[in-house]
Amino acid sequence: MRALARAISLVERRDPSTRELFETLGEPRPETEILGLTGAPGTGKSTLADALVAWHRAHGESVAVIACDPNSPFTGGAIFGDRIRMQRHALDPDVFIRSMGARGHLGGLALASREAVRLLSAYGFDRVILETVGVGQSELEVAGVADTTLLVLAPGLGDGVQMIKAGIMEIADVFVVNKADQPGYERTVLEIRSMLNMGPKLPWKPPIVATVASRGEGIDELMEAVARHRAFLVSSGRMEARRLERLKDEAADLVGEWSRKAARRLLEDDDDLAGRLEADKAPYGAAESILKEEGARLVPGQQ
Amino acid sequence: MALRIVMAKLGLDGHDRGVKIVARALRDAGFEVIYTGLRQTPEMVVDAALQEDAQVIGLSIHSGAHMTLIPRVMDVLKEKQAEDLMVFAGGIVPDEDIEKLKKLGVAEVFTPGTPLQEIVDYLRAKFPGETAAV
Repeated sequence: MRALARAISLVERRDPSTRELFETLGEPRPETEILGLTGAPGTGKSTLADALVAWHRAHGESVAVIACDPNSPFTGGAIFGDRIRMQRHALDPDVFIRSMGARGHLGGLALASREAVRLLSAYGFDRVILETVGVGQSELEVAGVADTTLLVLAPGLGDGVQMIKAGIMEIADVFVVNKADQPGYERTVLEIRSMLNMGPKLPWKPPIVATVASRGEGIDELMEAVARHRAFLVSSGRMEARRLERLKDEAADLVGEWSRKAARRLLEDDDDLAGRLEADKAPYGAAESILKEEGARLVPGQQ
Repeated sequence: MALRIVMAKLGLDGHDRGVKIVARALRDAGFEVIYTGLRQTPEMVVDAALQEDAQVIGLSIHSGAHMTLIPRVMDVLKEKQAEDLMVFAGGIVPDEDIEKLKKLGVAEVFTPGTPLQEIVDYLRAKFPGETAAV
C-alpha cells in the first residue's frame, strides 16, 4: 500500500521515471469502474463519495477515492478535508483514500489524477471514485477520465437559465440532486427535466436521481442508474470508442504540459528568443520558432 | 514538491480550534495539510499518513491522554515500518512528559502560546528541500 501511495506522489511530482512504469502498465484495467463526481462546492460530493464507498463495500467491492482540492494560488499550500467525511472507512484495507492538490491545474482535476487512476486500477481496486474540486461551469476534464460522470446538484443553487447554459450541465451522465430533503428539491428536478426535454433526443438520456447522501438515501437507485449507463456504454460501443479518445486526450495534454514547461525555460535562458519577443512585441514568432527548432528538446530527458 | 502533513485530533477531545489554526498557518506556509478531523485512533492517523504519503504527522491533544495515545502512534509507525515519518505534537503537555515523548521519537512538542511562525520555521528547517507545490 505504501508503494502505491509513493507512486502516486511520483506522478504528482511529474517525475520522469514514471513514464516507464506507465508504458508497462498500459491503460486502466477494463474491469475497474471509474466514477466521476463533480459539482459546485457544498453540494455534498464528499458525503456522496462516502455513501458510495459504503455501498461498494456492502457489495464486496474494493474502492479507491481520489479527492481533488485546490491549492492556494499565492503560497501553493492547501488544506484537504475530504477524509473527515469518510472517517468511517478508515482502517478498512479495501478502501484507499487520497487527497490530491490541483496545484494550479485548471479543469477540476489535478494533473496527476489520470495517472493515479491507472495506478489504482493496476493495484487491483474494483472501483475508483474521482471527486473533482468544487467546480463552476467549465471544469469538464473529469468526463474525459471517468466512465460515468455524476453531476451533483443541490436545491436552491440557480434558476432555469443556469440549467440551459453550456458546459457542466452537458457532461452529466447521471444527475444527482443531493440534499433532497431540503426545500426547493422538486423545482430543481423539474428544471433539469425540462432542460433535458428541450434538447435533441440523445441515445443516452441522463437520469435524475434524488439522494440524501448523509443518510445513505437514494444510493441504490443511483448505483442502478450508473449500472444502466455502463451497460449502455458497452452495448453502444462507446466504451471502446472512448478508450481511444482518452488516449488522444492524454497525448495532446502531454504535448501541452511538456512544451509549456520547456518553452518557459527556453524563454528565460535564450537571449535570441528574448530579443525576438522585444522586436516583435507579440508572442507568435517566438512560439513558432520554439516549436519548429526546439521540437525534440521539449521532451523531458532529451537534450 | 510540497511537504505533506497529516494533522489529527487524537482520542476523545473536541478542542479543535488550535489544530485548525496551526493547519491554516501551515497552509499559508505553502504546505499541503490533510486534516483528518476529530476522535482519531493512532491506527487511523498512521493509516491516513501512509495513504496520503505524508512526510509529517501533526497530533493535537488537550485531553491529558497524550502519554497513552502518542506512544501508541509511535508503536504503530514501528509496526508498519514507517518510522521515517516525522511526528510532532501540540497541546497541553507538561514538561516532564515532553522529555518522555521525545525519548520515544516524537520530534517536537509545541505547547500553548507557541508562535505559529516557530512551527513553520521548525518544519522548514527539517525539510529544507520541500518547496511550495505551485
